[in-house]
Amino acid sequence: MAYDTIIEDDIDILVCGAGLGGTGAAWEARYWGQDKKIVIAEKANIDRSGAVAQGLYAINCYMGTRFGENNPEDHVRYARIDLMGMVREDLLFDMARHVDSAVHQFEEWGLPLMRNPKTGAYQREGRWQIMIHGESYKPIVAEAAKKSADKVFNRICVTHLLMDESKENRVAGAVGFNVRTGNYHVFKSKTVIVAAGGASNIYKPRSVGEGAGRVWYAPWSSGSAYGLLIQAGAKMTQMENRIVLARFKDGYGPVGAYFLHLKTYTQNGLGEEYESKWWPQLQEMVGKEYLDIEASHRTHRPIPTCLRNHAFISEVNAGRGPIHMVTMEAFQDPHMEEIGWHNFLGMTVGQAVLWAATDVDPKYENPELTTSEPYVMGSHATGCGAWCSGPEDVSPPEYFWGYNRMTTVEGLFGAGDAVGGTPHAFSSGSFTEGRLAAKAACRYIDDGKAQGIVVSQTQIERRRQEIYRPLEHYRIYRNEITAGTVNPNYINPRQGLDRLQKLMDEYCGGVTVNYMTNEKLLHIGLKKLKIFEEDLEKLGAEDIHELLRAWELKHRHLTSEAVMQHTLFRKETRWPGYYYRGDAMKLDDENWHVLTVSRRDPKTGEYTMEKAPCYHLVGKDD
Amino acid sequence: MPTFVYMTRCDGCGHCVDICPSDIMHIDKVTRRAYNIEPNMCWECYSCVKACPQHAIDVRGYADFAPLGHSVRVKRDPEKGVIAWRIKFRNGRKDMDLLAPITTKPWGVAIPQLRSVPAPSREARDSQLLYNEPKYIRMDEGGLHTLESNGLKMKVGIYY
Repeated sequence: MAYDTIIEDDIDILVCGAGLGGTGAAWEARYWGQDKKIVIAEKANIDRSGAVAQGLYAINCYMGTRFGENNPEDHVRYARIDLMGMVREDLLFDMARHVDSAVHQFEEWGLPLMRNPKTGAYQREGRWQIMIHGESYKPIVAEAAKKSADKVFNRICVTHLLMDESKENRVAGAVGFNVRTGNYHVFKSKTVIVAAGGASNIYKPRSVGEGAGRVWYAPWSSGSAYGLLIQAGAKMTQMENRIVLARFKDGYGPVGAYFLHLKTYTQNGLGEEYESKWWPQLQEMVGKEYLDIEASHRTHRPIPTCLRNHAFISEVNAGRGPIHMVTMEAFQDPHMEEIGWHNFLGMTVGQAVLWAATDVDPKYENPELTTSEPYVMGSHATGCGAWCSGPEDVSPPEYFWGYNRMTTVEGLFGAGDAVGGTPHAFSSGSFTEGRLAAKAACRYIDDGKAQGIVVSQTQIERRRQEIYRPLEHYRIYRNEITAGTVNPNYINPRQGLDRLQKLMDEYCGGVTVNYMTNEKLLHIGLKKLKIFEEDLEKLGAEDIHELLRAWELKHRHLTSEAVMQHTLFRKETRWPGYYYRGDAMKLDDENWHVLTVSRRDPKTGEYTMEKAPCYHLVGKDD
Repeated sequence: MPTFVYMTRCDGCGHCVDICPSDIMHIDKVTRRAYNIEPNMCWECYSCVKACPQHAIDVRGYADFAPLGHSVRVKRDPEKGVIAWRIKFRNGRKDMDLLAPITTKPWGVAIPQLRSVPAPSREARDSQLLYNEPKYIRMDEGGLHTLESNGLKMKVGIYY
């Protein structure tokens, strides 16, 4: 095919994916590497890419140490209990001690942070959240990244990482194609920071038809953070920890500001408070250590997100749905009403459209809530991602191998959704992780760790052929049929995505099975995924746009396989309300108070699973 | 609400194609105007709506759950640093105008060029500090939090 090969050589730091994590990485890299070559490769346009493309109405991770509000360890303890103990506390502490400096710079760059008129501090929405007018959050941080980067390649779908051929397990760059021109792009780089996104659309969504795009997490978040790293043989952690969200029905509008700032609350279809009646049964499943209502009231320790989901799901299954958000009280205050609407316009416009379309005025009617299909990501109330090194002054030996946020592949770093065990980073924390990774990557180069990298023409050519195969496959077999999409030799990316979603839903705890799975189901699911992998070799892409969808699907598939392997490995129900292992319905701290770590052998595709110790931050004398 | 494009307003300039995060705004080869090629991959993020100089792009709620007859329109003014929204209900009983700031500074000028700031010292490189730290953490002279400074250690075991 007549596509050019465009080689960008001598890169020091290549940033793959420039959402909040990637923009942070590119920005910071310039300070520690003033003479280094910094390049961004982004699937869309960095002015509006990633999960924050549409904007945000809050920054959900801000300590406020300058106002005496919280210390980093407070945030670590919060994330720990919310995730039922399963977090990387070294990485979380590190993120939390730096995150405020990112937020203060955002304000200087022009991001409108709201202030509390009485105290002068930032306007709090909750203990960790501050309110912003963030419609242009992404364009603002993109400017910072553009200022620092030597080159920004927009519309490059990165499909694979390049590997060094002189030293085993060392990264050497990345390859991909331009979704406009179709050209093949080769980036030879000393280090790579993967800051791509987590995965929406790997589980069958509740919506059908057109509405399949109205997912909670952006539809363009194609699991490339995981697809790229898994393919390179990087170890992954906590991939079973998918997230289910309780949100406004159909539009998936956010509820954070409603609960925390507007003080709205939920009730069942009969107008009753319903959560408390599920606590005793749930306490038997997870233990009093994780669900202690009295302690929560006394100490403001949060009730974990998954457990609140469990109460929601159980109440609906008991026939007392729908669950409503009681807005009618708060919305009588015109100021609160305005905030309620601005909250959607700033980050989930679709919810405003839905209420306008269905004449739901929350001032006079309490809107319905629902629990979403599962999502796989690492920066919200969930911590999927790569097994990364922490900082040298915090991390215990099992968590430290030289460079902060470096994966188990040398020279390959992660930020945002790519880093495992760091939930509750959100936008500001992801940006901060990008900064940390960038500094570490510069140091890695300065330490001489990236010398003598060899990438052969054979490797480059092999990837080129692999990338365009779906186009080639389509061209060969298309004229065997008269017209249409039914072909015995290929499936198109949409057909493949439908199959993946159905499979993950039914065998790995999606919505249609009420988030339930077990060992037998997972074994069947894995078998079907393997056969699906064979069919992915026969994807047919009609044009470059479909080629983009084909590679997104391949990344989603790799993500899904990791989710299934991890779910099988952890023989307990650690997060009821996110998913259930029907054959092990209790939380089991004796055997499973550990982090799960996997590696997929890039040559054989075989998985190996291991347990890693779970370290916690405790007082010096504990 | 997937996007759609009004035939009489679109001039085929391609701003929407350039900005769409999902790569679904394309130019139709026959009409030479933009359209949404894949509505079920549209997040209704409004990036294209905001970018269209002709205000030719609008949205219609997802067919599987949103009835017809509503409207959410927007005008983003980067120069003035504001965004204006108008929400109209299907039944006509609610018609809201909402205005919000999008930036407090002129574009681009408030962000420093890190290539030309003084280079970090060897000591800074070996430390845990990032650019502008420790100053920007608390906006005072305090240092970075460490396990030592906060009286903490990392310990294996079961803690809640």
